[in-house]
Amino acid sequence: MDPIRVIVQNCVGCSLCVKSCPYNAIALSGPVGAKLDRPTAVIDLGVCTLCGACVEACKRYQAIVITRRTFKGQDIKKYTGIAILAEHRRGKLGSVVPEIIGAARELQKELSAPVCAVLVGSGVRKFTDELLSYGVDEVWMIDNPGIGDFDEDVHAELVAEILMEKKPEIFLGGGTVVGRSLLPRVAAKILTGLTADCTELSIDTATMLLRQTRPAFGGNIMATILTQNHRPQMATVRHKVMTPAEKVARPRGTVIDLNHIPVPPSKLEFLEFVEEKSATVNLVEADVIVSGGRGIKDPKNFELIEKLALATGGAVGASRAAVDAGWIPYSHQVGQTGKTVKPKVYIACGISGAIQHLAGMKGADVIVAINSDPSAPIFDVAHFGIVGDLFKVVPELMKRLENGT
Amino acid sequence: MNYFLTEDQKMIKDLAAQIAREKIAPIAAELDESGEFPWEVVQTLAKSDLFRVFIPTDYDGLGGGMFEMCLVVEELSRACSGIALAYAASGLGTIPIILFGNEEQKKKYLPRLAAGEILAAFGLTESGAGSDAAAIKTTAKPDGDSYVLNGTKQWITNGGEASIYTVVALTDPARGVRGSSTILVEKDHPGFTFGKKENKMGIRASATRELVFQDCRVPKTNLLAKEGMGFLVAMKTLDQSRPGVASQALGISQGALDKAIEYSRERRQFGKPISAFQGIQFMLADMATQVEASRALTYAAARSIDAGEKDVSRLSAMAKVFASDTAMRVTTDAVQILGGYGYMKDYPVEKMMRDAKITQIYEGTNQIQREVIALGLIKESVRGAAKV
Amino acid sequence: MKVIVCIKQVPDTTNVRINPETNTLVREGVQSIINPFDVYALEEAVRLREKHGGTVTVITMGPPQAVEALRESISLGADNAFLVSDRAFAGADTLATAYALACAVKKLGGADIILMGRQAIDGDTGQVGPGVAENLGISHVTDIRKIEEIVDGRIVVERLLEEGYARLAARLPVVLTVVKEINIPRLPSLKGKMAAKKAEIPVLKAADIGADTERLGLNGSPTQVMKIFTPPKPSGGKKFTGEPAETVGALLAELAAAGITIREK
Repeated sequence: MDPIRVIVQNCVGCSLCVKSCPYNAIALSGPVGAKLDRPTAVIDLGVCTLCGACVEACKRYQAIVITRRTFKGQDIKKYTGIAILAEHRRGKLGSVVPEIIGAARELQKELSAPVCAVLVGSGVRKFTDELLSYGVDEVWMIDNPGIGDFDEDVHAELVAEILMEKKPEIFLGGGTVVGRSLLPRVAAKILTGLTADCTELSIDTATMLLRQTRPAFGGNIMATILTQNHRPQMATVRHKVMTPAEKVARPRGTVIDLNHIPVPPSKLEFLEFVEEKSATVNLVEADVIVSGGRGIKDPKNFELIEKLALATGGAVGASRAAVDAGWIPYSHQVGQTGKTVKPKVYIACGISGAIQHLAGMKGADVIVAINSDPSAPIFDVAHFGIVGDLFKVVPELMKRLENGT
Repeated sequence: MNYFLTEDQKMIKDLAAQIAREKIAPIAAELDESGEFPWEVVQTLAKSDLFRVFIPTDYDGLGGGMFEMCLVVEELSRACSGIALAYAASGLGTIPIILFGNEEQKKKYLPRLAAGEILAAFGLTESGAGSDAAAIKTTAKPDGDSYVLNGTKQWITNGGEASIYTVVALTDPARGVRGSSTILVEKDHPGFTFGKKENKMGIRASATRELVFQDCRVPKTNLLAKEGMGFLVAMKTLDQSRPGVASQALGISQGALDKAIEYSRERRQFGKPISAFQGIQFMLADMATQVEASRALTYAAARSIDAGEKDVSRLSAMAKVFASDTAMRVTTDAVQILGGYGYMKDYPVEKMMRDAKITQIYEGTNQIQREVIALGLIKESVRGAAKV
Repeated sequence: MKVIVCIKQVPDTTNVRINPETNTLVREGVQSIINPFDVYALEEAVRLREKHGGTVTVITMGPPQAVEALRESISLGADNAFLVSDRAFAGADTLATAYALACAVKKLGGADIILMGRQAIDGDTGQVGPGVAENLGISHVTDIRKIEEIVDGRIVVERLLEEGYARLAARLPVVLTVVKEINIPRLPSLKGKMAAKKAEIPVLKAADIGADTERLGLNGSPTQVMKIFTPPKPSGGKKFTGEPAETVGALLAELAAAGITIREK
């Protein structure tokens, strides 16, 4: 039987499925339906990727059905608990870790299962107190001098062994460079499902399954994903989205030594680490741009723009007025005679919104304007505007971002 | 508008358009200001095999003709005709070799030109010999197994950047035009230097220099065709290449039209986009019609040449005259439509207007072209009357 | 040196729009392109061939029209290409995709280096590279911003991390996923386009790659998409006046509601 089929009797030929298909795989070219006198949907199996968007679109009539018989998974009954990867590097615990613990502890409320941290590396015992202070119930640790920070192959092997021994039903990692490289390897070792870069995690109370929601198509759509028959249900969590766990007054967790698991030698050779805070994010490629204009008033005030850019992980832009005034080099100019940019977020500070500037940034997904003049033309194109003194608003914005509120 | 291009022609046009968009458009304004020669773009064109387009397959070319060259020049000129000129002028300098070179000369120079390793240039014009090309004074005195060149060529595109120059000089001054010859001069032949780079109104990214010959010694083996055929070589070359200038003008017009339409949709006055006003609509309609007519004439001329039609002068001249006059009109209208913004260097249309002017002047002024057309008409009419 | 590049044909998601009435993707006029990150991988592969000799083979797992992406790869310098395509592959998540690609690589006799982009711009997971490596039993390193050298079967690379980069060495064969910092891809050449037009691109079906059908396609995918929806887009034109504490708070709330993050990476 085909994995996806149209139940002709239910199809009313409304074409909602046609419109929902990101791959153009559906056409209303089937036999006229029983319900209404219109042609029914036909799915081109050669093009269909079984993404399921049409099934969702046809919620009302349930005329499209996907049948799946996934290969045999693990014995689900034996898997319980929520595990997280305690990512660390060069003596520090990853800043994503408290966020993952926070997410895990939220899930714990529904599952009533322990939250456990998987901690693998050399000299990692020193992280156990911090992990326990975030309310982790158990730390599953392998502390061995033979595990280099950058020996990711060894980490993958050991994490897989730990998961297979401890059998948590859920395993979460950070959507960091390492997390997005390590967890797929682990999932492929164990043969289970992994969802990348989740922005939302919850437990479906009917099935007790982990609902994993994440952006796709460059953020243009959101998908909710389940791993029904395989364990652990793995997911990486997008950095800086989940609320970090609050520290507990009296940590009560325990550390479980798993040093009986043998540490294989690494096939990777670590040579050196070079620190590079990329202050110069490529303007044209940046997801976030913070721009300053005439309202900055003084060259030294541009520091404020730079700080906000840093706080948002974005690039610094400028209007022609600021560049002509010599406050910032021409390479930062956005506009008709500068660069054309299409970031996800464009924050215009003290920029009036002259047509030459708009030409360079009106393609941004979201435009935020901060200007003291309520009739500044920039507000006509901004999605969100703050009328106010940027010297007060920007520091307030930075304060909020730093506090994670 | 469908001009029924073959798959290969579409491929060439699309690739040229991609290069124009990605590599030329972003630097057009900067090079117009600095006048710097676009070597990086030349390298990109070379790597993408665009210099091969009009060179025969025997010499590492792709075997296309003037039509294919025009497609490239049109697309590149849409982004910047100054930068496009590095390619087009090299084409002009290459055509004499293709048409009149002997096997050795073709083997020596064409593969390197096809690979874009070197550029060519064409040297005819002098300070006293523009439209009156027969008035050239540069001499090439036969001396043993060389020619010794003396004189100065003026306003030569790619001058100083090209490695090979097809120069028309008098090997036998006593015989006037019939004593002229076309000689291939290489950049490093002794006695060959360049004047300063000219500071131009438009096409500023192209290099325009004097060629200065002072007892410049060139081997006799570099003579193209025969002594005395210099003018024939030059005229035949210009006949072939004329649609190239037309397509440069066409590209400028199309680029200006595109900007004018885009701006008219965005600019709002009196509560509406200005494209809602009939005055603007009529301007755009006239511009577009003239651009399309330029295109039809240019393509027809190029295709005629490639098909081996004998009498292509008149169609060629018509294409050049019409396309260049159109370019001047359309770019002026584009500046008008962009209004105050159009006059500012911030916006690209004033540059296009400055660029367009030269197309009415070089490669045979439009006055000369009209003469060619008129004389052709009259001659044909006389022949027709004679038949009766 | 034998290099295999895995590419994916994707819709140009940077140009995708949402129909404001139906809240669905508007895919008319959205072109199919080679996943941009894979273009960088292909460029790097061609540069490796220019430096070390050898061949560059491109493969993709996809529907029949994905062959166009393979032809484009040839116009960009690849020597040959194979289309891994079969209805059995449809509905594959990253686990099943990685499995199928690994089987194809094995069928083609393996390679010294397997390259691909860091992630595909439709799925955005970045999971296939590590999965292919695991299935082949070889090392992998993601986020490569430079291949420094390859000497005697040892490759030295720079891996881009959040706060800098790590220099690592691995023994070939290896899977590498690349970031855009690695190079500037060349434009196609006319000769390349002509070769691409004429190129014969064999199709490898499930049976041809010796895959266990249970592990392919929908049935080989532990993850399952339950729902797809479009996130609420900011409708625009909201202006906040008042004290900074209030206005900033309101702004952040609006951004959060629209699912937009502006926090330091």
